[in-house]
Amino acid sequence: MGVKMQGGHHHLVAVSLNEQQLGTKRKYRSYVPRTNQGKYLILWIIVFGFAAIHVYRSIDAEHQQRIQEGLVSMCDQRARMLQDQFSVCVNHVHALAVLVSTFHYYKNPSVIDQDTFAEYTARTAFERPLLSGVAYAPRVLNSEREDFESQHGGTIRTMANKEPSPHRDEYAPVIFSQETVSYLNLLDMMSGEEDRENILRARSTGKAVLTSPFKLLGSHHLGVVLTIPVYKSKLPPNASVRDRIEATAGYLGGAFDVESLVENLLGQLAGNQEIIVKVYDVTNTSDPLIMYGRQTQEGDPTRVHVSRLDFGDPYRKHHMTCRYLHEAPISRTAMITAVLGYVIVILVGYMFYTGAIHIVQVEDDFDTMQKLKVRAEAADVAKSQFLATVSHEIRTPMNGILGMLALLLDTDLSSTQRDYAQTAQACGRALITLINEVLDRAKIEAGKLELEAVPFDLRSILDDVLSLFSEKSRNKGIELAVLVSDKVPQIVMGDPGRFRQVITNLVGNSVKFTEQGHIFVQVHLAEHSKAVQDAKLESCMNGRSNGPQSKTLSGREAADDRNNWDRFKHLIADEEFPFQVLTSDGNSQNVNLMVSVEDTGIGIPLHAQELVFMPFMQADSSTSRHYGGTGIGLSISKCLVELMGGQISFISRPQIGSTFSFTAKFTRCEKNTVADLKRSLYDDLPTSFKGMKATVVDTKPVRAAVTRYHLKRLGVSVDVVSSIKTAVSGSGSCSCSGQPDMILVEKDVWLSGDDLNNVPVFGHKLKSPKMILLATNVTGGELDKAKAAGFSDTLIMKPLRASMVAACLQQVLGTGKAEQGKVMANGSVYLRGLLLGKKILVVDDNRVNRRVAAGALKKFGAEVECAESGKAALDLLQIPHGFDACFMDIQMPEMDGFEATRRIRKMEDKVNEQQDGCCESRTWHLPILAMTADVIQATFEECQKSGMDGYVSKPFQEENLYQEVAKFFESKPATDS
Amino acid sequence: MASVPQLQRQFIEYTTSLHNEGYLDDQFTQLQKLQDESNPDFVVEVVSLYFEDSEKLLNNLATALQQKSVDYKQVDSHVHQFKGSSSSIGAQRVASVCVHFRNFCEEKNLEGCLRCLQQVKQEYILVRNKLEALFRRMMQLEQQILQAGGSIPMME
Repeated sequence: MGVKMQGGHHHLVAVSLNEQQLGTKRKYRSYVPRTNQGKYLILWIIVFGFAAIHVYRSIDAEHQQRIQEGLVSMCDQRARMLQDQFSVCVNHVHALAVLVSTFHYYKNPSVIDQDTFAEYTARTAFERPLLSGVAYAPRVLNSEREDFESQHGGTIRTMANKEPSPHRDEYAPVIFSQETVSYLNLLDMMSGEEDRENILRARSTGKAVLTSPFKLLGSHHLGVVLTIPVYKSKLPPNASVRDRIEATAGYLGGAFDVESLVENLLGQLAGNQEIIVKVYDVTNTSDPLIMYGRQTQEGDPTRVHVSRLDFGDPYRKHHMTCRYLHEAPISRTAMITAVLGYVIVILVGYMFYTGAIHIVQVEDDFDTMQKLKVRAEAADVAKSQFLATVSHEIRTPMNGILGMLALLLDTDLSSTQRDYAQTAQACGRALITLINEVLDRAKIEAGKLELEAVPFDLRSILDDVLSLFSEKSRNKGIELAVLVSDKVPQIVMGDPGRFRQVITNLVGNSVKFTEQGHIFVQVHLAEHSKAVQDAKLESCMNGRSNGPQSKTLSGREAADDRNNWDRFKHLIADEEFPFQVLTSDGNSQNVNLMVSVEDTGIGIPLHAQELVFMPFMQADSSTSRHYGGTGIGLSISKCLVELMGGQISFISRPQIGSTFSFTAKFTRCEKNTVADLKRSLYDDLPTSFKGMKATVVDTKPVRAAVTRYHLKRLGVSVDVVSSIKTAVSGSGSCSCSGQPDMILVEKDVWLSGDDLNNVPVFGHKLKSPKMILLATNVTGGELDKAKAAGFSDTLIMKPLRASMVAACLQQVLGTGKAEQGKVMANGSVYLRGLLLGKKILVVDDNRVNRRVAAGALKKFGAEVECAESGKAALDLLQIPHGFDACFMDIQMPEMDGFEATRRIRKMEDKVNEQQDGCCESRTWHLPILAMTADVIQATFEECQKSGMDGYVSKPFQEENLYQEVAKFFESKPATDS
Repeated sequence: MASVPQLQRQFIEYTTSLHNEGYLDDQFTQLQKLQDESNPDFVVEVVSLYFEDSEKLLNNLATALQQKSVDYKQVDSHVHQFKGSSSSIGAQRVASVCVHFRNFCEEKNLEGCLRCLQQVKQEYILVRNKLEALFRRMMQLEQQILQAGGSIPMME
């Protein structure tokens, strides 16, 4: 609240600044995209879709590679085996060729004939598993044909139709053949196209040669024919083609039944079913001829491996292609890995998505909250502003009212009128206090409220509070009374305003909710009260006393029935010996007070009892409709009581009443200050009644105790009797103790028909005691009757307050006029007394203001000097100076009031320090009061901070001026004289 | 010539009307209360001080607002002075215009300031006329009182 209170226009600035600050603060960083989360999700899904495909591919590629490698190895294995088998066969045929050349040609005559050959080849057929059979055909020239035919007993036939061969250059008729191919006998190998080429190529190269695949004679299988030349003589390695042809004796041939043989071979290998093997003759690359494998069977077209085959014939080229029979199955692990991974990623993405949406929502909510918070705070500031403004606005007319009342009190008034006017004034003051209290509520909430520690008179505060409510209670016919235990010190240190606030609140509530009966405020020392209570509990055990009747103030039952006369008796009883108690705890600096406010109102419903101390809560809504009020009071009271180091509690019984009690810690005042203060705070009670005696006629002991308490404060000693008769007779008979100066009679005792005949007796007596009626309310008729019955004109209206009782007694006893000036303590006369002859410096840059302030102060007898700036004031206040006080305007050009005060204080400190060593003990501290147009708490704090002693509102209000001036002129008797 | 009670009534009526029309407030009453035997011309003295100051301030304000670059701080302090003295003598309408004036100063709103200056001038002239009229009546009344031995009524 600090700075904000400087002036109306500052508020707006403060608010808007505040908002701006909050506005910037709100910009935090968000790590979550605020929009298009859906798009991000889709992007996420797509990206990870690709990633999944990539993962699948990479895993699958490995798989494929493994499959491929399997294919390659199987294919190569087959090719190698085939090739090996093939070359073994070829070698063997070579061996046969050698055999034929050796035994057929080199031996003469030949040792080989068909039978030998057939048997030999049959027995060695296992060596040539790929060959279906072998045959030997010699080279026969056309010229030798006839010899040959005659020698072998047959004609040379062609292979195609097995007819005798037509005329040719040369022939190659089979003469030896394995049994499997015996049908070849005498068939001319040169007659077949492939065989002929083969033979020609074989004899020119001298190596084994192969035909391209073709359908073998005698079977439907594809096959190739192997042909190896047999030479008559050994040839040198570099023999020419011609030499070779010349030396050629014949040809050894064998048919490879490739198809069945390869089938056979593959059957021996594992994994035969999985792959399709094809063998091609690719001598002519553009037109590969299939040797093995069905053309129609395609297998897996995607994967193929080709292995080269070398069958030992350089002219012919072969290769083997392998395919899987079925397409390779999709890799399951790859699929599962990819799909599962993808699913997980999608789930995670979805989680992020929902998370982001949630976060965005929460952030939005947070934003909204933040905005609302800013608005609420702004509203709160606006509220405080409004309160400040309103309080200011209310002050102005209230000051008018108070001023007029003050003027009214200056005039000659009857005691009743004076009481009314004073009540009105007190109410007005209370209203202003109330405005501050509303402001306090905010302060308490902010934890900024600090309690004062100033000496004050508890009893007069309680009297004030009572007078606030006297009008109301009188109208309702409620007895309102206060009693403060004698053991409670006259002056205690504490915060009178807050104490008063709590009491006012509690009593106010009680008055509001009570229609008949009484409201009774008691103040005791907490320790004492507790001790008595404990004692009381014991006595309660012993036997319950006879009913609650006549045990309380008005005779009605109260909620806290421990609070009745039985207990009260004990509390009072001890007071007869006050010193005894005082010495027991006199050393302690703390004064723990126990205050209770008892009423006989409607009480608090049980269900609402818990809510009582909550702000803005009333028992129920109908209550507020019926009785009004905001419900803020008790919560403030609770806070305040806690600040005062106490506790508040209550006992309530519906339809019977409530008793609120609280404790509060105060400290004792030091003796010498008490002496000073007594004059200012206690002065309002006249002392002219000291030593007087009074008799109180009352049947209710509690009420009598209250009356006695007030009279005692005035120094009147009191006897209590229960009937007028005894009072009269007592006054008559007991002359030794002295006749009472007055007899106070309760109205109900008088009305209850106690004999009035005795009363006029007093009239005859010379120095008869005055009869005074005590009443809560009284009608005109009753008043007349009372007058007729011998009561004095003035009756004392309840609630009783010491000052009011004093005023009435003055009127009755005729001591009134002399004391009048004293009674109106707050009047301008008193102010004049304070200020008379004081030298005061007024500092203000505004000429008019200066003149007015000076005029006002002069009116009260002060000697005024003026300064028009802070600097001028500093010059005037160079120590030593003769000023008693300084009134300082706050807002001045060049050097404002705060600054000037700070400098003055610095100056004083310096001088004081120098004097420290010296014997002269006068310390300089000039009372400086700020003059300001803004009567707001914050300004006051500012004033204190810069070393000012207080502030007065500008333009001057008499009351306010008096209060402030009294503070330091009263408490400083040294400068007084 | 009117009789004393009549004059007294007129005087009170006039003062009341000044209050009711809002030209003056409670503070002027306070000021009147400060006037007593020891200080017989207090009100007149203060009010004429006020007139002098105000003319000066109004002139200063007019000059300050005519400057090319207006020194709002200075204007504000002038207005503050004016407000202070106005509320001191109870010229509340002038004071309330001053409040607006200061707001404009804070906003540095030249147009608003000029408008306020006009307003404040008007209000000032009004209150000056009223006060001068009041004082004339007072003089009249005083003379009458001297002749007839009445008293100057106070506003309460």
